[in-house]
Order: sequence, then C-alpha cells, then structure tokens
Amino acid sequence: MANQNFEPKRPAGYVGLLTVFVLFVIFLYGPMATIFILSFQGPDGGLTFPLQGVSLHWFYKLAEGLGVVDIGAALKRSLVLGLVVMSFTMVMSVLAGLAFRKKLRGGNALFYVTVASLIMPSIIVSLGIGLQFRLLDSALKWCFEYFAMTGMLDTFGTSLGLYSSALGAHLTWTLPFGLLIMFAVFNRFNPAYEEAAQDLGATHWQTFKHVVFPLIAPSVVGVGMFGFTLSWDEIARTSQAIGDVNTLPLELQGLTTTVTNPAIYALGSITTMVSFLVIGLTMLAVKLLSKRRT
Amino acid sequence: MTTQQNTQNSVAPLRISAGWQATPYSMVFLLFFLIPLGLILMVSFWEFNEYEMIPTFTWHSYISIFEGCTQLNEYGDTCVTLKTYGSTIRISLIVWFITLILGFSVAYFLAFCVRTTAMQTMLFVLCTVPFWTSNVIRMISWIPLLGRNGLVNQSLVGMGLVDQPVEWLLFSEFSVVLAFVHLYTMFMIVPIFNSMMRIDRSLIEAATDNGATAWQTLWNVIIPLSRTGIIIGSIFVITIVMGDFVTIGVMGGQQIASVGKIIQVQTSFLQFPLAAANAVILLLVVLMIIWGLTRLVDIRKEL
Repeated sequence: MANQNFEPKRPAGYVGLLTVFVLFVIFLYGPMATIFILSFQGPDGGLTFPLQGVSLHWFYKLAEGLGVVDIGAALKRSLVLGLVVMSFTMVMSVLAGLAFRKKLRGGNALFYVTVASLIMPSIIVSLGIGLQFRLLDSALKWCFEYFAMTGMLDTFGTSLGLYSSALGAHLTWTLPFGLLIMFAVFNRFNPAYEEAAQDLGATHWQTFKHVVFPLIAPSVVGVGMFGFTLSWDEIARTSQAIGDVNTLPLELQGLTTTVTNPAIYALGSITTMVSFLVIGLTMLAVKLLSKRRT
Repeated sequence: MTTQQNTQNSVAPLRISAGWQATPYSMVFLLFFLIPLGLILMVSFWEFNEYEMIPTFTWHSYISIFEGCTQLNEYGDTCVTLKTYGSTIRISLIVWFITLILGFSVAYFLAFCVRTTAMQTMLFVLCTVPFWTSNVIRMISWIPLLGRNGLVNQSLVGMGLVDQPVEWLLFSEFSVVLAFVHLYTMFMIVPIFNSMMRIDRSLIEAATDNGATAWQTLWNVIIPLSRTGIIIGSIFVITIVMGDFVTIGVMGGQQIASVGKIIQVQTSFLQFPLAAANAVILLLVVLMIIWGLTRLVDIRKEL
C-alpha cells in the first residue's frame, strides 16, 4: 500500500480501500437480502436455504397471527407512536434550535444534558423511567386511598403506558438527534437573509414563516424521519418503560426465541419495507423542498 | 401556539424569548431523563421485599453486588459482578477496535477516494440507510447464514473443510461481536467522515510534495486531524456496547452475561434497588471511560 509513485488523483491504496468498501456494503446488505428472500419460502421450507419453492405462505401465516401475539395491533401501536414521536421531535427540535441561536440562559447545561442522553446506556434511562412511573403509581394509589376515591382505586391500573412513559423514553432518544441536526443546519445558515427580511419590515413571525422556515424545511423533514424511524425500531429504552402493551420491535424480540418458521422473516421484511418507504419518502420530500428553494 | 403568536405579531412585532422556545425540549429532559436518573440514585439506597420497595437509606444493594469480590473463590474465579464487567469490557474493546479500523477505512475511502460529490453523497447514504431499519431484524438476518444448517456451514461442509457443522458461529461471543460490528460501525463512519471532510486538501498535497509517503501522510496529517471524529465514534460505540442487553441477548442465545442484562433481569423480578445500584455502578464506569476520551474535544465545535 505504501506506494510512493501513485497517480495524483488516485490516493495510495485505492484498490485495497475499494475492496474494503465493497465488502463492507455486502456485509451490510447481504444478511438483510437473505431474510427478504427467505420470507418468500415455500410452505414446506425452513429457516435456512434452500428455498422450497416460492410463495406468500408465511405472509398469510403472519396475518393469521403468531401464537398469542397480535401482530396487527402491535404494528398499529408502533405506527401511531412513531408518528406522535415524529411530530413532537420536529416541533421541539426546531423550537430549541431557534432558542440556541439567541442568548439562551442555561444553554450550555441543556446541551450537555442532550449529549448525555444520547450516549447514556439505554437500559439506565429505561430503568429510571420505569421506576419513576411505578413510584407515581404508588403515590396515586395512596392519594386515592387517602381521599377515599374507591371508584378510582378499583379502576386504576398503572400510569405506565404507550403515550406516557414510552413516549417520554422515545423522545430522550430522538430529540438529541433532532437538536444536533438543527445545530448543523443553523451553523451553516446565512443570517443575511433574515436581516434583509427584517430590514424590509417583516415581523419576526413573518421572517420565520417566509424566510427561515422554507430554508430549513428539508432538514426539518430529515429530523422527522429520524424521529419516526428511531421510534419505530426502538427497543432498549422502551423495554422497562412500557406497561402491559408492547410495541412491534418488542414483540419481535420476544418472537426471536419462540418462532421457528419463516413467518418471522416475513415480519422482518414488512418492518424493513416500512423503514425503506419512510426513508424513500423523506428523500423525495427533501429533494422537492430543496428544488422549490432555488 | 403558532396562531396565537401570529395574531400577537400582526399587532406588534413580539419576539418570544429563547427560554420559552426551549421550554418543551427542556421539559422532556427534565421529566424523562434528569428526574429518572435522580430516582435511580435514590432507590439504589432503598430496601425491598417480594412485594414492594421500602424507603430507607442503606448500602445493602451495593454490598450485595460486591459480595465476595475481595477474594477469589475455590475455583480461582472472582465474583459474578467483576466477571460480568470483565467480559462486558472485553467485548466492548474488541468491538471498538474492529469498528474503529473498519469505520476509519470506509470513511477514508468516502472522503478521499471518491471523486464527485454526488457519488460521495450516494455512497454515504448507502452506508447509513441500514441504521434506520430494525436492529432485531438485522440480528436475526444472520440466522440463515450462521446457523447450524446455515449457508456458511453448508458451504464449509460442502467443500469438505469440516466434517461437522461449526457450532460456534451462532449464539456465541463470535456472533455477538459480529452483530455489534454490523449494527454500529455506522457510528464510527459518520463522525470520522465528518472530520475528514473538514481537512484542508492542500495540507495533504503539501505533505506529499515534501516527500511524505502515503503512510506518513496518513499517520502525521490525516489521523491527528480526524481525532475528534475518532473520539466521538469511540464514545458512541463503547457506551452502546457497555449498556447493551438486546444484542447480547438475541445473538448470544440468552446465554452470555452482560451488565445491561443483569439490570434487565433484576428489573423484571422487581428488584428495583438492586437494579438501580447496578445502574449507578454501570454509569460510573461509563462516565470514567467517556471522561478519559472527551478531555480532548469540544463536540459542539464539530457540527
């Protein structure tokens, strides 16, 4: 590799690095392609090659349900939660990004908390949130008893849930990505446009609506995609911070030990296709929004 | 909220303060990050029985975690806690080393060997897309390849290299490390690539013009200037692997111990004070590693 006579445009070791890169891409996508192919396994086929014919058998099996697990309901829960997390992530990240452009008291602390949340082992966050909501449950039950609210006492189960603890857990994972993207966007943002708008008499809101937002819109869509896809696949932070119901990836994790037929590959193919669909739509939206800008 | 601002602004240009804009964001981290961490610390000093947690102040949980750790047992082994930390740290280091070499090579290829920006963007996206797909799916996608009757074993037996299918390919430390590398090399590539794209190309030309060999340029110019990316990537990979329980669980066939897994199991048995004490210890270990790594960079300048 240490060839001193390399051509000016081709860096040394080009062939070696190209090989590494190609092998890496095969390493990334090869296994995924395998389970995609195997999900079309014939009715008699097993978890490994060879393919015993090609069929949609295992997709039908999946639709009938896997054992006691209601896949359809889990899929719907994850989808809706993903959309909620996505919208929260977009709005909160943009607002916080704007705040950081001004003089923000405690900005440094907030930034460090953000980074800490990003690199904090997820099991710790999950345990903490689970603990918090269980303590909240105890406190609530005590209150109901104290005030003799027997009706509440009978019906109350737990405050852990999809849109309380799980939503919070997801946001601690998606928001840091959102804010860091906004930082990257605003670091490259030319304030001359805003100043021009304000010099021409635009209010702050008008400046934001007509100048700033159209410029950052493609990145905001990107933030939304991070929000959805990270939530759609999240396991570690959700695991201890969700009550009786499960999200799709949690069900999937459970199924890895119990399901021993290609139906699990079919489920894998479907969730991967949802992810690819979201990524594809995002890229399309970014392209369209960027085009409009020029 | 926006409509309210709108009507207010049409009357007089009112600027909402930075503090209010950051409030929703800050509240999320206060409610779902800082308070839970405080509660973990608090509960780690509590007692518990089969039914409930008992508020008090005791070091019981910590003591029971390190019980017997001061001496070796009759088999010459140390206690479960130290052994688990030992194996988790060992896996972290192996994964860190492989992802660093691989991630650096891929980032180097993208940054210096691809000529057009369009091609660069395309290949970069190609490397990052799997990050947005499900981790569990990416783990189980190794089963048809590495399993007892998987593609690798079929080929090995077919070529006559081995008589019996190789057993250690799946549900072993090997498959755990492989899955980590598969899942998290991206966390190395992105920051290192970002650092490399900021390197002034004329510095490399200058090194070459002055007679530096490719290795000398790499060692004395490119690696020092990519330091930030390398450190950020290392922090990501090490903290993820240190706290992991999902990958080790699925790819280790639920047989390999890890610190994250201990916490998860204790939580599922509702032994919250024990789980909390373990979490505090894990956090301290991770913080020490990060502290060692971050003294060298300011992350914010790098975005």
